[in-house]
Amino acid sequence: MAEIAAAPRAWGGRVRLLAWLQEYGVYASVLALLLFNVVFTPHFLEVANFRTQLIQVAPVVITSLGLALVIGTEGIDLSVGSVMALASAIVVLYLGYGAPIAIIAALIAGAAVGACGGALVAYVGVQPIVATLALLVGVRGLANVLVPQLTEFRNPALITLGSRSVLGLPLVVVIAAALTVLVAFLVKRTTFGRQLVAVGGNRAASRLSGLPVRRVLVTVYVISGLLAAVAGVLATSRLQASDPTSLGLLMELSAITAVVVGGTPLTGGRVRVLGTVMGALLIQLLQATLIKHNLPQSWTQMVQAVIILAAVYAARGRRA
Amino acid sequence: MTSTITDAETRADARRQPGRLRRERIGHLLQHHGALMVLAATVLVGTAAFDSFATPQNAANIVVSSSFLAIVAIGMTFVVISGGIDLSVGSSFVLAGVLAAYGSRYGLLVALLLPLAVCGAIGLIQGLIVARTGMAPFIVTLAGLLGMRGLMLAVSDEGANTYLVRSEAFSALGQASFLGLTLPVWITLGLVLLGGVLLQRTGFGQNVYAIGGSEEAAVLMGVPVTRVKVLVYLISGLLAGLAGALNAARLSSGVTILGVGMELDVIAAVVIGGTLLTGGAGGLTGTMAGVLLLGVIQSLINQIGVLTSSFQQVVSGAFLALVVVMQRLLHRAQRLS
Repeated sequence: MAEIAAAPRAWGGRVRLLAWLQEYGVYASVLALLLFNVVFTPHFLEVANFRTQLIQVAPVVITSLGLALVIGTEGIDLSVGSVMALASAIVVLYLGYGAPIAIIAALIAGAAVGACGGALVAYVGVQPIVATLALLVGVRGLANVLVPQLTEFRNPALITLGSRSVLGLPLVVVIAAALTVLVAFLVKRTTFGRQLVAVGGNRAASRLSGLPVRRVLVTVYVISGLLAAVAGVLATSRLQASDPTSLGLLMELSAITAVVVGGTPLTGGRVRVLGTVMGALLIQLLQATLIKHNLPQSWTQMVQAVIILAAVYAARGRRA
Repeated sequence: MTSTITDAETRADARRQPGRLRRERIGHLLQHHGALMVLAATVLVGTAAFDSFATPQNAANIVVSSSFLAIVAIGMTFVVISGGIDLSVGSSFVLAGVLAAYGSRYGLLVALLLPLAVCGAIGLIQGLIVARTGMAPFIVTLAGLLGMRGLMLAVSDEGANTYLVRSEAFSALGQASFLGLTLPVWITLGLVLLGGVLLQRTGFGQNVYAIGGSEEAAVLMGVPVTRVKVLVYLISGLLAGLAGALNAARLSSGVTILGVGMELDVIAAVVIGGTLLTGGAGGLTGTMAGVLLLGVIQSLINQIGVLTSSFQQVVSGAFLALVVVMQRLLHRAQRLS
């Protein structure tokens, strides 16, 4: 901080640019990519295309929302991809009792995994990255043990969930939008939201001022597990099959990218809900752009790597 | 200052109650040699339960299949002790295998040097970014993970092209045996010794511990923090590259689908071995015990037969959780007593 205060005037512009980039960079990037596609990609401005893109991005958005809350408390949840796989496995296992019961069982399982991670972090004091790493490994294994190979299903109710439209919008997208509003409300307008940001900003001070730090932490991980399970159920219903070996694989990377690019600092104390959604959209658009211009998958990953570094670098410039 | 007081109190308490001192010593022992003790216990159980477990053949299998993980884990131990983490090693491992197989058409030297140069360079860049910008190691190496996986796909025609090793000499490096064990095992042993000396007997090793213990204090003591950090990530990149190249030599091809999630196994082995992820404590003996423990568990699960290999993931995850919980409880007990 002192460095910048004492820095010569020439530095001011650069710091301001970094601050602007962190605040609005993700919106500007999404807009720029949209414009690029409108001009250069044939058939981009078609309803069918937008539908496909939105349907594909919905599970990433839902998972990223939960992760944004966790990162807001200066934590991390690496287990989200495995929780998606577990939810998918449990839905198929319990489908015999009807779709609603199967879905509820899957959500409970997701919340339970979140509770385990939260308890390890809040009560035992394990670093979030290790606690959720153990869950990443163990829960993916559990999902594979429960459903060893790709299992298709024909339950009409569950298939409808993935393919139905409401007011012209796919139900999956509507659910993602509703959850976004819900999480935004949670962060901006509730006591829990304020406590969450306080715990992420300064845990010691939060504890001293009497906030229920442990309860907040556990709740945050439970929400993250729950949302990952929702994403898993929706992805399963789209696939019309459960595939625990590959469903949600590396999802934690996409979700972390979305959150970080969206401007939520890894050091906690701030949650940007809309930014997170934009971050997820940015990655999706980027992939779509590269695919439509016949550039290989490998490019997406390399570009994604550069974007993560740039986003974190910009965030650092602001705090420093 | 608080800790000084607590230390003094602890010592005074210990004099009054010798029982506490003993408990503390047991805690210390568990922290440092826990993995070794569990490894011994697991081997005993395995020997008692299965006739085909304690055979020289099976032991050799475990050691050979663990050697690649072990090489990567040596580098990871350095990084973790310095207070960092390297998530890019799995991608490094695969990329190195593909590059080695590709380079083998130009002979042994290219097959070995190409992956080492590329993975070393990427490790160096990651180290520079971490040390110079102060960005979180986990996010920098996460970007490295993605970038290198992309690079690997680009080199191998989107993963469709599996290069075959075209150099007999290079294949021999992964397959030749000496005294009943394959060459990678001997290379691993050599690297463990070298790494142990580097970590315990040199100024560089002391600096790695110092930075992990308290970076601020290390800066004040005049430790060249930037240089040490860069070196640590360079070592990790080089070793992951070497392990990947040796694995390609063993398989005689640059397989593109291995190594997904390998970083997790490596970190699990390091943590199970008693190295703290907060940095400043740990060592290579523990890491090797952790690697072997994972190998033995895998072998036991194979022996049981009915269980699929995904069951191994459940056990590894549960084990990792158990170990970190134990570490925290020991830590707490030591602070309280």
